[in-house]
Amino acid sequence: MSSASLQSHLVFKLVTAALAVAGSVVLLIALTRLIPGDPATVILGSRATPETVAALNARIGLDKPLQMQVLTFFSRLIVGDLGQDVFNDRPVLQLVAAALPNTVALAISAMLLAIAIGVPLALISAHRPGGRIDRLIAFVSVGFISTPSFVVSVFLLMIFSVKLGWFPVLGAGERGDTLDQLWHLVLPTLALAAGWVGYIARLLRSSLLEVLSESHIRTLRAYGVSEAKILIKYTLKPAILPTIAVLGMGFGELLGGAVFAEVIFNRPGLGSLIYDSIRTRNYPVVQGGVFVIVLLYVLTNLVAELSQTLTDPRERSRLARKSEP
Amino acid sequence: MTEALLSIENLHVAYRGTRSSAHILDGVNLTINRGKSVGLVGESGSGKSTIAYALLGLLADNATVETSHATFDDKAMRLDPEETASLRGTDIAMIFQDPMTALNPMFTIGEQLVDIQRRRFPKSSKRQLWQRAEAVLADVGVQDAAGRMHRYPHEFSGGMRQRVVIAMALLVEPKLLIADEPTTALDATIEAQVVEVLHEMRQRTKVSMLIVSHSMGLIAELCDSVVVMYAGTVVETGPVREVLHNPRHPYTQALLACEIDPYAPFDATQDLSTIPGNVPDLTNRPDGCIFAARCPSRQVQCHQKPPQREVDHGHYYACWREAA
Amino acid sequence: MFADLSRRPGGTFALLAVTLLCLLAIAAPLLAPYAPNAIAPANRLMDPSFQHILGTDHLGRDILSRLIYGARIALGISLSVIAISLTAGVVLGIVAALSPRPVDLLIVGIFDVVTSFPSIILALALVAVFGPGLGNVVLLVSIVFIPHFGRVARSQTITLRNSPFIEAEKVLGAQTWRIILHHVIPNIIGPIFVLACMDIPVVITIEAGLSFLGLGVRPPLASWGNLLNDGYVYLDQSPWLATFSGISLILATLGFALLGEALRDTLDPKLRKTL
Repeated sequence: MSSASLQSHLVFKLVTAALAVAGSVVLLIALTRLIPGDPATVILGSRATPETVAALNARIGLDKPLQMQVLTFFSRLIVGDLGQDVFNDRPVLQLVAAALPNTVALAISAMLLAIAIGVPLALISAHRPGGRIDRLIAFVSVGFISTPSFVVSVFLLMIFSVKLGWFPVLGAGERGDTLDQLWHLVLPTLALAAGWVGYIARLLRSSLLEVLSESHIRTLRAYGVSEAKILIKYTLKPAILPTIAVLGMGFGELLGGAVFAEVIFNRPGLGSLIYDSIRTRNYPVVQGGVFVIVLLYVLTNLVAELSQTLTDPRERSRLARKSEP
Repeated sequence: MTEALLSIENLHVAYRGTRSSAHILDGVNLTINRGKSVGLVGESGSGKSTIAYALLGLLADNATVETSHATFDDKAMRLDPEETASLRGTDIAMIFQDPMTALNPMFTIGEQLVDIQRRRFPKSSKRQLWQRAEAVLADVGVQDAAGRMHRYPHEFSGGMRQRVVIAMALLVEPKLLIADEPTTALDATIEAQVVEVLHEMRQRTKVSMLIVSHSMGLIAELCDSVVVMYAGTVVETGPVREVLHNPRHPYTQALLACEIDPYAPFDATQDLSTIPGNVPDLTNRPDGCIFAARCPSRQVQCHQKPPQREVDHGHYYACWREAA
Repeated sequence: MFADLSRRPGGTFALLAVTLLCLLAIAAPLLAPYAPNAIAPANRLMDPSFQHILGTDHLGRDILSRLIYGARIALGISLSVIAISLTAGVVLGIVAALSPRPVDLLIVGIFDVVTSFPSIILALALVAVFGPGLGNVVLLVSIVFIPHFGRVARSQTITLRNSPFIEAEKVLGAQTWRIILHHVIPNIIGPIFVLACMDIPVVITIEAGLSFLGLGVRPPLASWGNLLNDGYVYLDQSPWLATFSGISLILATLGFALLGEALRDTLDPKLRKTL
């Protein structure tokens, strides 16, 4: 790694990411074959007859060896075919594509909210470390981090929708009515963001404290630069670096956690799609849905890692230098 | 306008710990005259840097600073957080020890050079400050100052970075420039360049300097007078030539003996001089002379605090021994 | 050490919560006022009263009793999962570090593939295939956590593998496996233990989450996740089931999380950065 130029660094990262995705595909397909009993029979349930079983096997490719299945998956993937829904023959890709925007919207708003609240909390904590407010924020942060998001979702639903009636109980809002959709987003976003507020507050706080102890901050103080400027301009930027990678990983976790929010608030989305498909044993959809999530997870991790590297001027120079002959 | 820019009498600094208190500076007197340069010399732990930090109020929160009387620029001052904070980046500027870490790696040199001027020139625009910075950067000997302003610290060599740090200090046009071990972290060739720059500054501007160093050599080159410190106490003070050629206090003599004379013929049989013993525990200061435990000329009287003896104008030392 | 722990923010709370939970889990049959599965349709969805301190659920079962048994499930499952994944992870990690490159790469590759899934999603996918149920949940969720321990074990072993005193021992003729037992394991125990503690609330969350979705522990077993789901379904009729099961989950996860942190800081403040 240390002899990588900017381009080969990128390529290396992409390749490892691709391998991870490929590996997960193999895992997913292997899983399908591991279903106890005969997968096709399990899927079809009461409708299983020798003919339907054979037909399904042929369609999903369950009668072929693992390698063939993997290859078929990838060859179909290239043309954008993720398989067909077991029951209605709709293309999985279509189902996933319809559901995905909802989930992404939820994940993004949760992340933004978490940043909007978490960053100021971290700044306040780092300003007077060890003080009463700092300890309070620390305790509350751990609380937020460890509390399961679905518990928060149920509580929010209970208090704000059922008891107080302020927010709608289910759905994602009327199509085309952005305000309504935003209104429907509020509670699920809060529920998902809670954990991340705590995480960001703590991670950023320790990062800030570390930067604050470095000599260059002392230089600024010696010249009378205001504490506020020091904190917000000169400390925040170096301190945010390590958190970017974590946030990237967090986005992926958010995509996963969205399952609960979507089920509880009855929102359409990739999470509820996967959940419903699991219950109906619609395996191709499960496979396709999980694959897309894994893809997004790996990609966001990759982007986060790369942006962390590229925002540090020292790293930029190091990589640029190595690419010179 | 009095001759003295800075005058501090009887400075005491202590750090409060959980169980004990370390008395770092004990009754230090310091005078810096306008346009003159004073050197603070002593080994590590002598408290010389503490004085510098105390002047700017940069000591840790658990430090207590007391002084009988202190004036800066003809105004009485208290050395408390508010007063010292107002001096930072305006009347007093400081150059820190390690140029490699003194600058923020994520911001360009230009950005930082502009921001440190804001205290001093609050009404100027960024453009004006940028241009000033560029000019001063060129002054201290940085080639292609205009281009370098857009570069990051890691793109500069150690010597260059120290020049940038010196430029910072010059930009705020201070009355007093404090340099804390300005050459310690640099190698010999760079050290020579930095000394050059500081020399030039002395000649061109009227700035007073306080140079903190463990190197007598550096102080001899740059300073008019020297204050020798040991374990937070001033043991000898006077014009640099005087103290160097005629050291009176046993510690000063020992310190000078430790420096190797590069021009003396090499004698392989001679051991390097050292001062036997250890620096005293500052949580438990002895009553008498602070150096007594390690002093080769120790006498019974040394259990009591020694008087200040005068050798010549301005050359004092604190010892029971008569002029020898 | 307890003095240290109680000085940290929430340290006393953590100790109390965890002790309480362990107590409840172990002594459930003694402490629960009613049998957890005793159905009494006439008493459905009652508010807290003297008879039923926390009320009853939609089948008339006493909530308090079910919650107490829920503690058993939460703790039982999470400890089992951690035990399994810890063992498997450490073994794999050590093997990876000491094996020839291809084997090492293979194991690391497996770790990478497992961690390329968000944990809930992997758990869901696995359950989708193998079906829900207590045993399945324990085994499948263990898989999710194996890379956690595996990576720590592997990197520690690699560091030790290259250190001079190991070389010296090899020269003296000691077998690799004995070296591992004597040196690697003691070195690993600290970080692994802390990691295990900090993972307990995560496992509790995943198990509860799976049960909540109906894909975990099967009813009538009283997993807190099941209770929360029941509470959710009947939210408009009675808030108590959801409230108390939610609070139990929060107490458990918060308590263990704080405990894990306190342990981490007490045992080795240096770990703060990596964990």
